[in-house]
Order: sequence, then C-alpha cells, then structure tokens
Amino acid sequence: MSIDLTQFYQIFFEEAAEHLATMETLLLELDVSNPSMDDLNAIFRSAHSIKGGAGTFGFTDMTEVTHVLETLLDRLRKQEMTLTDEMVTAFLEAGDVIAMQLAAHRDEGSVDEAEVKAVCERLAYLTEGKAAPSPITPSAAVAKTDAEEDAYGFFDDLFDATKSAAEAAAQSAGEAYGFFDEVPPPAPATQQAEESGYGFFEETPVQKSEREEKQGYGFFQEPQPVNQAAPAAPSATPAPASSEAARIADTGSAPAAKRPAEKAATAASAETSIRVSVEKVDQLINLAGELVITQAMLAQAALDSGEERLQRGLYQLERNTRDLQEAVMSIRMMPISFVFSRFPRVVRDLAGKLNKQVELKTVGESTELDKGLIEKIADPLTHLIRNSLDHGIESPEKRMAAGKDARGTITLKAYHQGGNVVIEVTDDGGGLNKARILNKARERGLSLRDDMTDQDVYALIMEAGFSTAEVVTDVSGRGVGMDVVKRNITELGGRLELDSVEGFGTRTIIRLPLTLAILDGLSVSVGHEVYIIPLNAIIESLQVTVADLKTVSGEGRLLRVRGEYLPLVALHEIFNTRPVAEGLEKGIVVIVEAEGRKTALFVDELLGQHQVVIKSLESNFRKIQGISGATIMGDGKVALILDVAALVAYHGQNAKAVV
Amino acid sequence: MTTENTNSAIGAVGSEFLTFTLGSEEYGLDILKVQEIRGYDAVTTIANTPAFIKGVINLRGTIVPIVDLRIKFNLGTVEYNQFTVVIILNLGHRVVGIVVDSVSDVLALTPEQIRPAPELSSALDTRYIMGLGTVDERMLILVDIEKLMSSSEMALMNEMA
Repeated sequence: MSIDLTQFYQIFFEEAAEHLATMETLLLELDVSNPSMDDLNAIFRSAHSIKGGAGTFGFTDMTEVTHVLETLLDRLRKQEMTLTDEMVTAFLEAGDVIAMQLAAHRDEGSVDEAEVKAVCERLAYLTEGKAAPSPITPSAAVAKTDAEEDAYGFFDDLFDATKSAAEAAAQSAGEAYGFFDEVPPPAPATQQAEESGYGFFEETPVQKSEREEKQGYGFFQEPQPVNQAAPAAPSATPAPASSEAARIADTGSAPAAKRPAEKAATAASAETSIRVSVEKVDQLINLAGELVITQAMLAQAALDSGEERLQRGLYQLERNTRDLQEAVMSIRMMPISFVFSRFPRVVRDLAGKLNKQVELKTVGESTELDKGLIEKIADPLTHLIRNSLDHGIESPEKRMAAGKDARGTITLKAYHQGGNVVIEVTDDGGGLNKARILNKARERGLSLRDDMTDQDVYALIMEAGFSTAEVVTDVSGRGVGMDVVKRNITELGGRLELDSVEGFGTRTIIRLPLTLAILDGLSVSVGHEVYIIPLNAIIESLQVTVADLKTVSGEGRLLRVRGEYLPLVALHEIFNTRPVAEGLEKGIVVIVEAEGRKTALFVDELLGQHQVVIKSLESNFRKIQGISGATIMGDGKVALILDVAALVAYHGQNAKAVV
Repeated sequence: MTTENTNSAIGAVGSEFLTFTLGSEEYGLDILKVQEIRGYDAVTTIANTPAFIKGVINLRGTIVPIVDLRIKFNLGTVEYNQFTVVIILNLGHRVVGIVVDSVSDVLALTPEQIRPAPELSSALDTRYIMGLGTVDERMLILVDIEKLMSSSEMALMNEMA
C-alpha cells in the first residue's frame, strides 16, 4: 500500500515555507510584555502544521526541531510560562533552522547540524524555564543577562561559520545531545519525557477549550498518542526512548492531525487563489501580446476598407484585447510586501547587534511589481537597509545629543510613478558627509571637479570599493556595497539616486520598470532598419557640426560636446548599412553611457520613445555582438535592441587596436 | 556514415517528404519537421552575419531567423517577391525559416525508392544528405535538415563544441 509521496513534496515545501513566513511575521509583531493569545496560538498552529507535514513525509530532522519548538510554545500558550525576548529570538532562530532544513530537503542547501543542535538545546533549556546555556560558563549561577550575552556570542560564532563546523559541533555536543541522547538524571528525564510525550499531544480537558476544537486538531490527535506514549514513558527508559515514542506517535497521528489543520488553514485561501506555474502565465502573456498585434493589423485593414460597422466592432475588440492584456500581465504582478515583509527581521537582528534602536516603517506594501523583479530586488534592498542601519542611524546617545529621538526610523516606501515603480529607503540618521566623501575620493585618486553638484558627490559612493565608514564592521564598511547595489539595479533596467541632508538623514531612491520583460527605449533609424536604444543608457541627443569632430592621429574620431571629448561610433558602420543621412550634420548623435563611459552614437534619425517587450534572439538564433535582444514594433516588424555596454566596450577595443 | 543507419532513420521517422526546388534541383525534407509555409515578408536584417542569413522575422511573437538556401548553395535566382516561399521548420526546440525557390508537393517514399548518396563534392556536404529519392524520372535530394541547420557552417547557433 505504498503511496508515492514525492508528488506531494512540492506542496509540503511551499506550505511549510508559508507557515514559516507566517510564524516569523507573527513573532516579530508579538508584544513581548503582553503577548496576545491569538498570536501565540497562531504561531503554535504554524509550527504544528510544519511538524505534521514533516512527519507525514518522513523528514524527521524537521520534526525534531518543530517538536522542541512546539513544546515551548505550548507551555507559553497554556500560560505556564511568560514570554521573554530571549524566547522570541530563540523562536526566530528555530525558524531559520527549519528553513535551512527545508532548503536541504529541496536540494538547495546543506544543514549545519551544529546549529540545529544548538537551537534545539536552547529551546529545550528555555522550556525548562532556565536561561539559555552558556558554553563558556555553564554554571547556573551566572546572572541571566550574562547568560544571554554569552549565548548571543555563542550563536554569532556559529552563524559566522568561521569556526569550523567540527569545533562547533564538539562545543555543543555535550549539551545539545543532552536532551535527546545522553542519559540525564532520572527524575527530570521522566518529567521531561512526560512533557514532550503528552504535554502537547494530549490536551488536558481544561485546556481543551472550545477554541481548540474549532481549530480542528486538538481533538483529532488526542487518543492515539496517549496510548503509544504512555507505555513508553513509564518503562523508565530515559529520554531517547520516550522522545522516540513521541515521534512515532507523532508520525502516526500526523496524517489525521494534518488534514483538519490543513483544512482550517487553506479553507480561507483555497477559494481565493490557485497555484499556477510561471510558464503557463508567461505563455498566456505571449498570446495576449499576439492578440494585440493581430488586432492592430485587422484595425488597419478595416480602416482601409472603410467599412464602418467593421471598424466599430474592431474598436471594441481593441478595448477588450487591451483589457485582456493588462489583466494577464497583472497575474505576474505581486505586491511588494513579499520583499518588505522580510525586513522587520533584518532590522531587528541588526539593530540588536549594533546596539541601536531602530523602527522600521513600511509604506505602500500593496504596490505591485513583476514577480521576477520582486525576487531580484530583495538583495539590493537588504544592502541598502543594512547600510542605513550601520552608517545612517546613529547610536542612541549620539541621537539624544543631537536632539533627536533615541529611536531611529527607517522608512521603506513603494509607489508607482509613471511607468515606473519607485522604492525609497529613507533613514533619519546622520546623512552623508560631503567633505568626507570628497576626501576619501581624493585619497583614492578619483578625478574630482570643483563644480560638482551634491548629486555628483553622492554618486561617488556608488564607485567600486568606496566606503566612508571609519570602522569596518562585519555589517558593512568594506566598500563592497553601493557599487554592487547600483549594478544590480542597473541590470534590472532601473536607476539609483541618492539624496541626503547632513544631520537629518539619507534617502535612496530606486526607480524600476514595471516588469522585466518591458523596456523603455528610444527607437532610432539607421539605414532602413530600426534599432532600440534603452532609455536608461541615454544621456542626451543632439545635432552636431563637422567642426565638433576631431580626430586623433587621423583615425579615432572624437566629438566635442560641451568641452568633453567623446568617442564617436557610427552605428551604420558597425552594422554595415548605408546611412540615409550622409554627413554628420544631417543625422543626429545620441550620447549614451555604460559602465561609466560615455560614447556618442551616430544615427540617421530619432523615431520615438516606446515601451517595448523584450524578446530573446537566442531562443531560435544566437547571440549577436552589440545586440541584447529584439522586440516587435507596432507594425509587426522586428527591431533589434542595442546592447549599449557592448557597443561602448567594442569601441574601446577598436580604439586600442588602432593605437 | 553508413547506409543502414540512414535507411533505418528514414524508416523510423516515416517517409513522407516535403519537396522543394532550388534552381533546377529538387530537394526533400522530412515533413514532420515542417511547421508551416508562408511568404517572405518584413525581414529585419542583422549586421555582420553571412549573406545567406537574411535576418529575423516576427512569427506570431517569436523571433525566427530566416536563411536563404538559394544563397547558401548558390542555386536559383535570388529575388524576393510575393511568390518567394519560406518553409518554417520546427527542429526540436528551435524554429528556423528557410527560403527556397518553390514548394512542390508532399511525397511518400518507400525505403526501396531511397538510394544512398554517392560521395561527391558539392556545396551541400554529403553529411547532410540522407539519400536520393527516386520518383518516376525525378531525383529528390533528401536533406537531413536538422543536422544541416544545427551545423556550425550555418552560423545559426551560439559557438559550441
């Protein structure tokens, strides 16, 4: 009667990930001094659902961690213990560990066993009502605050992974095994066994309130575990046996327990969402795009025929197809809260580490952008927030001295502006110190001008290897930061701007296109072909005269634009076509910038600005030098999109070859 | 290249061929590789590619390269008008269009009608010829179009081994 469970793995993985996310969100919102029972119950439910699923699919390692986690949570929600900040931290860490195990089961990473043990051990200790153990001074006499600090140190080391896993494992082996494997003194063992054995499988009638029944599991799992765990515990074998029994009992009851829990959890969302593969959605988007083009063709034909009824019908068709396209495109759109939701945790952890008081505000979480962008924007944003925390927000003392609230604020804001999504990261910290940036730039030998605007100065920060932090911390300051962020954003077709007032804070503004598949471009004609230049690479376009054209040793052509000499690249030469505009002053020059280098591109004519859908040339063909992709214009013809970076580099190579 | 292989390959894929002409020569290719036949229209040229790569077209949203076999093999008169025919081929994961002089018909060939191609030096390497088909007095050059289109000399793919 073996059923192939693997087909359900994917569903479990996704669900478990969702449960973990829910748990983390709830934990972060939890008011430690006065936790709401509803929240604690919800956290417990999430942990329990993960355990149930993990048990069903035989992921025992996850069951073990969730089991310990659950034990403590259960005591909390029965109000046998009071919640402490330390517990919340431990819960969050347990969540990380489970996420790590989940990733390992998905073949996306490996599990750091030492960390798992450390977390389990810590939770177990907390369950017993003690402070977390400190590996350095394990004496119980240590004051709680000390223990906490030590514990932090210990975990940091582990996370750092600079210490060898072996060392860490050795360090924790003694204590971590304690709970499961080692034979503890009999008395606590039985007690513990009882706790882990029944504690949360079997609700005492008092605890089994109506609310529990409504939630749907409390009462499903009741009878079975009791029978199985009960004989195990009195057999007086120490902890391993009973926890083993508990695990078996758990696995046994899991399917039964899982179903109602699932029902409860999915009942609300089942009717409102379905899971669809991205491929299917993309196919739909493609087809809708086709429909728009076909419709445009028909409309043209109808216009030529002069048939009025046909035209009226086609107008309606046009509206419908546009609506359809928009609706289909919106499937790929996700609210930015998917990214934002991870930052409360980042801020909490980091603020604790840096001894700063920081509040994170998010505005416009419902702003939607493309799924692909959502995935890729997370890293740069994390970087910016870490930067703000580390360099921006000052220490509470410094803030007080400056007459500011001791608690700093970082604001994450997202909104739509034109065809763009704008994301702002604002902090009310110290702001950028212009003089320091300039000094640093001089030290590094960057070329500076006297008439640099604030914007120009701030842009220096985005140069590679630039950091004004006085102290290099493990958070940031090594100068691998803003340049990477800038590159990431540029790769997404976006722009990065900085704005700062010294003493009042810094604002980083990210402008992104709505989707990855769409590009803002300027269409230009060269010969008989139309090319698209990505708008974010264009600085300006102008008409020049022969007088501005200079040569170097009769070969390389330079164009003088407002005192600057830029290399001139004639696109018709690169693309081997005959230009319509004979002579420099008949055509037009587009000045583009890529990787910090400016180049003047000579084209015949500017045609217009479009949002174009990027299509791959490589899916049926191959990579073409100087071309990044293709698009389909309104008339159905294919236009090639210029790869500005490659063109600029290409010219650089050629220039070298000439010299 | 052994004859047995060629013949069994033909037997396996079924032996219906779409025949087309290049100049005065008649060619055939496996009908199952053909996606559609359309006119020659609105080709966007791509610079710095061999002359036989005419460029790319928009085939209902996908960008498809167009190869003119007449130029590639130096056959027929190269002109583009409303009678110019493009055969759109679906080769595994790729879609490619070829320009030919004209498309004639679809013929079913029995293995007996297919003879191995002798070694000869021509623009079309014998490697890409599956065999020669005989129908009455006509001789069909059966092209292994997939092999031909994925060969490096067609320059249709990224440089690979």
